[in-house]
Amino acid sequence: MKKQRIIPFSKAINEALHFSMSNDKNVILYGLGVDDPMEIFGTTEGLAKKFGNDRVFDVPTSENAITGVGIGASIGGLIPVMTHQRLDFFLLAMDQLVNAAAKWYFMFGEQRSIPITVRLIIGRGWGQGPTHSQNLQSWFAHIPGLKVVMPSTPEDAKGLLLASIADKNPVVFLEHRWLHNLKGHVEKKAVPIPLGKASVLRKGKDITLVTMSYATIESIHASDYLKEHFNISCEIIDLRTVSPVDYGTVFKSISKTGKVLVLDTGMKNCSISSEIIARIAEKFWGKLDKRPEQLALPDFPEGTSPALTKDYHVSAEDIIKRVLFMSDIKSKQKISLERQFPHDVPGDWFTGPF
Amino acid sequence: MQLKLLKMMVRIRSLEERIASEYSSQEMRCPTHLSIGQEAAAAGVGLALSKKDVAVSSHRGHGHYIGKGGDLKRMMAEIYGKETGCSMGRGGSMHLIDREVGFEGTTAIVGNSIPVGVGLGLALQAQKRKNISVVFLGDGAVEEGAFYESANFAAVRNLPVLFVCENNLYSVYSPLSVRQPKNRQIYKMVQGMGIKSIIADGNNVEDVFKAVSKAKAEILKKKQPIFIEMPTYRWREHCGPNFDNHIGYRDEKEFLRWQKKDPIKIFSNKLLKNKSISQAQLEKIYLSVAKEIDEAFDFAKKSPFPKLNLSESTIFAK
Repeated sequence: MKKQRIIPFSKAINEALHFSMSNDKNVILYGLGVDDPMEIFGTTEGLAKKFGNDRVFDVPTSENAITGVGIGASIGGLIPVMTHQRLDFFLLAMDQLVNAAAKWYFMFGEQRSIPITVRLIIGRGWGQGPTHSQNLQSWFAHIPGLKVVMPSTPEDAKGLLLASIADKNPVVFLEHRWLHNLKGHVEKKAVPIPLGKASVLRKGKDITLVTMSYATIESIHASDYLKEHFNISCEIIDLRTVSPVDYGTVFKSISKTGKVLVLDTGMKNCSISSEIIARIAEKFWGKLDKRPEQLALPDFPEGTSPALTKDYHVSAEDIIKRVLFMSDIKSKQKISLERQFPHDVPGDWFTGPF
Repeated sequence: MQLKLLKMMVRIRSLEERIASEYSSQEMRCPTHLSIGQEAAAAGVGLALSKKDVAVSSHRGHGHYIGKGGDLKRMMAEIYGKETGCSMGRGGSMHLIDREVGFEGTTAIVGNSIPVGVGLGLALQAQKRKNISVVFLGDGAVEEGAFYESANFAAVRNLPVLFVCENNLYSVYSPLSVRQPKNRQIYKMVQGMGIKSIIADGNNVEDVFKAVSKAKAEILKKKQPIFIEMPTYRWREHCGPNFDNHIGYRDEKEFLRWQKKDPIKIFSNKLLKNKSISQAQLEKIYLSVAKEIDEAFDFAKKSPFPKLNLSESTIFAK
């Protein structure tokens, strides 16, 4: 077996940024704190030093304007990558994103596309609460003219960010804070992963799990447990890009398994998962072994207290229970994964505050 | 240059009057914001710039597009919703673009194009070009957060941006008195943000031309943005072809006072008086402009409509 090159997700992001900036002198990177000592959770490490203040710079607290500045700069020939430490603050920039970036190519008769990448960090738990944790991927996915990317693994984070920066269109790149310390194999060389292509993360025959971002991690834990304890084989389709969705790969898997559970890290109402369920219902009406199911957040804001997040998110246990239900297995066995750390952190590496 | 300035103002006025006179035929099926009465700013700014200077504007952007040298045929085809329009019929009157002459687009949401213009300035600075980016805005846009954020960004990064604020006293039907504190002078407020700000007579095309020429040189030399307020007046209704003094939000006297300051009449009378131009030359300008406009309308009317295309290639570049 080839030697593994294990690095964290944050380092994979960092490598993609280093490569993109070295590869094309028009790439610029800006956002609040991109050159501060925290280096956006390590993702912007060494960039300001290497590429200088003209290309890597901190900005005023003006989310809307700096998005528009990115649009204008891209029309002028630059390739801006913008970073926001929380998606929630970026909501101030919806006019520029929706009315300008997403529309420009269409509304000016295909004369100039807007090659910007907007990195937004999403999250959950450890007191992030109602306005520091929102997973609003479906907002962006609703807008034609935007591509929405949600990597789950370090390798995908690197490859998808490379492709996002190289893409000629506006890309919203959603990084889950709970993934930044996830380690995995990443090729040293730059290998872009095409946007709009899902990956079959685990092959299986009994049920299809459609996942994204951090939900993928829970689905892997669930899948391992189901295999070991119930001999149920899950096929995990990691969407990677949630707009456009790679329906071809999703449908192919469902045709094989006849059962599908769609997971979402956001709230259920008008979500990516509910849209996928709707399309599956349209295409597979009457042809599935079980009704399609989804697990997403309740249509309710996330509370701050750890007591309020315990049963709020979708856990591997929830996935296991739903798969067993869909498999007509009534188990009295207590389902419990060996978690070594509290429910509201991704691992013992995370001790707050954000 | 005087004749060019005059002809440009006549071109903008005549084209918009032609739009107004044909609007009721229901062939131009999009909201249209005329700038009749405000031609001096559009002509004076546009002619003080080179093709390599870039500009963006707002919903009331016909004059700015024409002043910068935008193609009349493609503009009219756009307003008629035709495939040959500058935006292939997808944008209409509020989304005019002519990249050949550095006119990077008008957008419809108040304040929306301001940061885009500042970003164009960022690109010019990065590429070390000797050009500026001009942002046309109105007094209403000064009330949007996007304006403050963008002006601040331009100032803190010393960008080659010229903000041109046409203050025509109204945002739709809302007068300045309900929108901004009494006695505020917009340019003085912007001065307080650390941006050099001046005021020029928005109905005097030579004043505008001189102020912008000087500002451009200073922006490039001192590496800093400049803001120019240009007081002026919108003669017709906010959106549409008609006069609207009778509906009661502004009084007839105010309108007549501003009509006396007609930028075209004032300037052509001056040129006639000091014999820079003869009556015959003036008539020739009007005739030649009328021909251009006939051709533009003819082109627009004869052009085909676009076909609805729902393929991904219309929203994403490959």
